[in-house]
Amino acid sequence: MPAPAKSTAATSTRRRTSRTSEAQRAKLENYYRQMLLVRRFEERAQRAYLQAYIGGYCHLNLGEEAAIVGLLDALDPHDYLFTNYREHGYAIAKGIEPERVMAELYGRTDGVSKGWGGSMHMFDVEHRLLGGYGIVGGQLPIATGTALALQYQDRSEVVMCTMGDGTTAIGAFHESLNLAALWKLPIVYVIINNGLGMGTDVAHASAEPELYKRAAAYRMPSARVDGADPEATASAALQAVEAARGGTPYLLEVMTERLRGHSVVDPAKYRSTDETTRLKGADPVVLFAARLLERGVLDQAALDVIDTETAARIDAVAQFAEASPEPDVSTLFDHTYATPVPNDSRRLPGSPLFAPAPFPGRPA
Amino acid sequence: MSVITYRQALHDTLRAELARDDNVFLMGEEIGLFEGSYKITAGLLDEFGPRRVRDTPIAEEGFTGAAIGAAMLGLRPVVEIMTINFSLLALDQIVNHAAKIHGMFGGQLAVPMVIRTPGGGGQQLGASHSQNIELYYSFVPGLKVVAPSTPADAKALLLAAIRDDDPVLFLENLALYNTKGEVPADCAPATIGKAHISREGEDLTLIGYSRMAHVARQVAEELADSEGLDIEVVDLRSLRPLDRDTVIASVRKTGAAVVLEDDWLTYGIGAEIAASISDGAFDHLDAPVRRVAMAEVPLPYAKSLETAALPSHDDVVTAVHETLAAVGRRR
Repeated sequence: MPAPAKSTAATSTRRRTSRTSEAQRAKLENYYRQMLLVRRFEERAQRAYLQAYIGGYCHLNLGEEAAIVGLLDALDPHDYLFTNYREHGYAIAKGIEPERVMAELYGRTDGVSKGWGGSMHMFDVEHRLLGGYGIVGGQLPIATGTALALQYQDRSEVVMCTMGDGTTAIGAFHESLNLAALWKLPIVYVIINNGLGMGTDVAHASAEPELYKRAAAYRMPSARVDGADPEATASAALQAVEAARGGTPYLLEVMTERLRGHSVVDPAKYRSTDETTRLKGADPVVLFAARLLERGVLDQAALDVIDTETAARIDAVAQFAEASPEPDVSTLFDHTYATPVPNDSRRLPGSPLFAPAPFPGRPA
Repeated sequence: MSVITYRQALHDTLRAELARDDNVFLMGEEIGLFEGSYKITAGLLDEFGPRRVRDTPIAEEGFTGAAIGAAMLGLRPVVEIMTINFSLLALDQIVNHAAKIHGMFGGQLAVPMVIRTPGGGGQQLGASHSQNIELYYSFVPGLKVVAPSTPADAKALLLAAIRDDDPVLFLENLALYNTKGEVPADCAPATIGKAHISREGEDLTLIGYSRMAHVARQVAEELADSEGLDIEVVDLRSLRPLDRDTVIASVRKTGAAVVLEDDWLTYGIGAEIAASISDGAFDHLDAPVRRVAMAEVPLPYAKSLETAALPSHDDVVTAVHETLAAVGRRR
């Protein structure tokens, strides 16, 4: 081979290294953009809730941004995701337009669930988010069954099913993990351990507070990862997803912080001053920005630009939600059943089952 | 047309549907190797294998929920819950999830699944194994609840339930499994949500479902023979949706109604029927609507007590006589 060939190879290697680091840089920037999008979305949701644009319960992902972005990076677009009721960020990270997530919070027709679900019940078939679920643990058996269907249909996708730390105390957790392990289902169960089930800490709720160790009861592989670190979370999640894709279900415990109360209206008075002070240094968005600066991935000017762009996007998101129409009352009976059925009751509260006959001799 | 048992009709229908559609699969405790607690699934594991006939651990919440998740991807799971009493362990999945997923998520996905489960007392199984709690499910919009009383309806309604795109609770009955009846070979799926007039008459309407529709027909035939009474029998077949129109049309014709139910009286399905009659046939009633229902006790084990607590053939005859006496017209 002529000498230039070697030179070309060397150049190619350098280029590849350069491309890899550029890809890595872009990936980290994208992590940050997504984390900040979730952060600003949730802050806006909190504001809209306090302004009474949003009703019901409203649980925010504040403090969970790095975990969300890392977990979702490990999934292929065709993989399925089940979450619980604290799921706005998951819906966004799964690829659903934040406009449609906010419209759902506003209870409007352009919402992901057409205004039928609200904060706790985001669902989008196209993006394979098969639900936020409001009942603690309710999503576990269902997600397990979806993994069973994937196995039954001999498909390559996997299911990721997230839950809070408190969920590990419920019976459905045990039944689901047992079924998944018995049947070798392609599913990753993810415990988002933010240390608190509403106001009860893990030590008061679980006899085994290292929650990932519960997998041993099912001979299921498991791990615990720092959920403030999106790269570490993505790496651990990828390992879990690969196991699941090979027919080995997996339990991943992701350690996070809940920066605010259980829901928007919870002032979290059960937290000590020390705890509140500690949380100020544990904000994953702030920590990740500092790390990007330190590693030279982004400079302050770039961070500022992302901040400005994200703020503008969130303004547009809120405007979209506010402009979207409320569902028409004529659609009230549209979704009781998937197929029309005779004698389905379509009675409004003030209506009789049968129109009363006029008293004999009186005009109708 | 052949005469077969209610059990055989269920078995044959499951077998035919497994053969027809690969998306149909069975799941439940002891349905495979053990062939089912009541032998409805006998032989099906051998014929279709463990992929289609799946034995589960004792985990009603887990496997009922798993059926929901499988149905959301287009499979058609048919879950067997050994008796309706155990369905309470899956109540969260049935009520909070199966019934809600279509509506709560804006109609994006259907949940085409069937929960087969027998109710019924009279087997000396004691209080926790002898309940008739189909009311709990009939109460819930989003669920469909069917309750066949004959082998032919068992087949027609099971076909309909398996092919339906919504979650259907399919109520069987321990006392009916060995009853026999004619089943057409080319039996078509029934229409869920429709009652059936199983005997036409002019004097009084007996309304029932599952075992009590069976009892209603027996009583109507006997009283026709012994007293010349002409009793109409409405077999509800579907508890949700409820075919009020058929009930009302019958009561407007006869002017008298006795509602039979195997469940407890207070807040029961009979109460719903009676209220509906009040709405739809008030001016046509010649006597108060009478209900015959189980005594309101946890059903005892001792045969003497159990028999006294369950609605019987004689209780129905008495209710018919007393209602007709209140009407004041006799043939």
